[in-house]
Amino acid sequence: MPSLVVAEHDNKSLKDATAKAVTAALQLGEPVHVLVAGHQCDAAADAAARLMGVETVIVADAPLYDRMLAEPVAALILSLADRYDAILAPATTNGKNYLPRVAAKLDVPQISEILKVVSPDTFERPIYAGSAIQTVQAPAGKKVMTVRTTAFKAADRGGAALTVSIVAGPDPGLSTFAGEVLSKSERPELTAAKIVISGGRGLQSGENFRLLERLADKLHAAVGASRAAVDAGFVPNEYQVGQTGKIVAPEVYIAVGISGAIQHLAGMKDSKVIVAINKDEEAPIFQVADYGLVADLFNAIPELEDELSKRGF
Amino acid sequence: MKILVPVKRVVDYNVKVRIKPDQTGVDLANIKMSMNPFDEIAVEEAVRLKERGKASEVVAVSIGPAQASETIRTALAMGADRGILVKTEGDTEPLAVAKILKAICDEEQPDLVITGKQAIDDDCNQTGQMLAALMDWPQATFAHKLEFTEIGARIEREIDGGLQSVDVRLPAVMTTDLRLNEPRYASLPNIMKAKKKPIAEKTPADYGVDVTPRLKVLKVSEPPKRQAGVKVKSAAELLDRLHDAGVL
Repeated sequence: MPSLVVAEHDNKSLKDATAKAVTAALQLGEPVHVLVAGHQCDAAADAAARLMGVETVIVADAPLYDRMLAEPVAALILSLADRYDAILAPATTNGKNYLPRVAAKLDVPQISEILKVVSPDTFERPIYAGSAIQTVQAPAGKKVMTVRTTAFKAADRGGAALTVSIVAGPDPGLSTFAGEVLSKSERPELTAAKIVISGGRGLQSGENFRLLERLADKLHAAVGASRAAVDAGFVPNEYQVGQTGKIVAPEVYIAVGISGAIQHLAGMKDSKVIVAINKDEEAPIFQVADYGLVADLFNAIPELEDELSKRGF
Repeated sequence: MKILVPVKRVVDYNVKVRIKPDQTGVDLANIKMSMNPFDEIAVEEAVRLKERGKASEVVAVSIGPAQASETIRTALAMGADRGILVKTEGDTEPLAVAKILKAICDEEQPDLVITGKQAIDDDCNQTGQMLAALMDWPQATFAHKLEFTEIGARIEREIDGGLQSVDVRLPAVMTTDLRLNEPRYASLPNIMKAKKKPIAEKTPADYGVDVTPRLKVLKVSEPPKRQAGVKVKSAAELLDRLHDAGVL
């Protein structure tokens, strides 16, 4: 039986997290279908149909699914569950919200944040904030899992899947959307950026994050933060990189004034190249950094900016 | 309003865990254990609701070994009224925990269940959502702010792009995120008082729940280690290196 991937999207566009979950699903060795549940989500559905390896895109377009609330989305997935052996979702805040609801109703365990498909029933997943890796084997029957997207490459574009529309399921009537405040930024999204520059407690204030923002603009980078910087109120929580925040794996991760608590490392240690700038040469961040600069960030960051300007950035 | 707060006993967040040489799990011998930090936030929220006169009773539940009674005592010292300990041996998967909690909800009829969004040992992030599913209740995960409304509650949630508000009917399950509140330290008089508060002892069999794990853990191993790289002397050298590495 095929595998079902539940798409992450904002109706207008498909998130890269979906393409990565498709890669994980393809490794199960069965045909892959993608469910796009949204409202006026044609563009997202079209993008899903172009992912290589996807056989069918199922579209449920209704106001009920506009914000992907857990109760209606879980009910919709359950209505399709008979046809699938495996149901996967990217481990985004949406996926983590609705998928355990599906697993519980199917009376199967969920395997959270898989890092690797060892075989169609065996998976690796992180425990203790990534301090240990657990290899688990699922019992016979349906498999429900979320996918740690930084662990899988995005499926390529260039496919042409069949698209099927289905009618919306009933509204469980348990919850309603009441508004949202999304952070507006011209910079790339943290989880999609090629370069991420994060600040820690060493920045000393929210004002000082402007230093990092200026640098980020030169490099087309996203700006992140450690939990310490978020807890200190320097920046909002959506900046947080770490076990309790976002998991990122960019080409270059630049940690500025971040000591390198396990909690933070859990969120960025899969980055291709790690740069650390810290005045404390004993800071644990240097143990994982490919390039370390022991310097006061208030000197080093303006120097970096000047140097980038000289080189035409 | 009655509030049920499930709390889990986990390895203290400051402890660096060691993997057993035989790769069967992590070494828990002589290790400091504490209440899961996200559950502490849940207890704090429930106790604040009681202090503000919104909640009439706060019941702390823990499913775990006999020592999980200490975790319940911590919740009682923070201000919960009574505890329920469901004794289990070994790891209990989120689905089994949710089933036990369902049986407790059927018996206790809480208006709100508040628990941590994930336990920092297995990092599953499932139990609250699974309980909500089994009860056919609404859920509000990753809560940042809670306020009561005419129809139930309005809960602001931490989502990937920012914050989202949802209105839920009660009863409901809410799971806590970091910024909901800052948990208190229990005072000595309250720790003494907590010793007199009742804890009911139960077993999964009392609730008719089979807690046999469904997933088979084949091994627990070290993650791949990164090697420390080189120290550079200046911003210019750093950019040279990044250029040479082909990433800039």
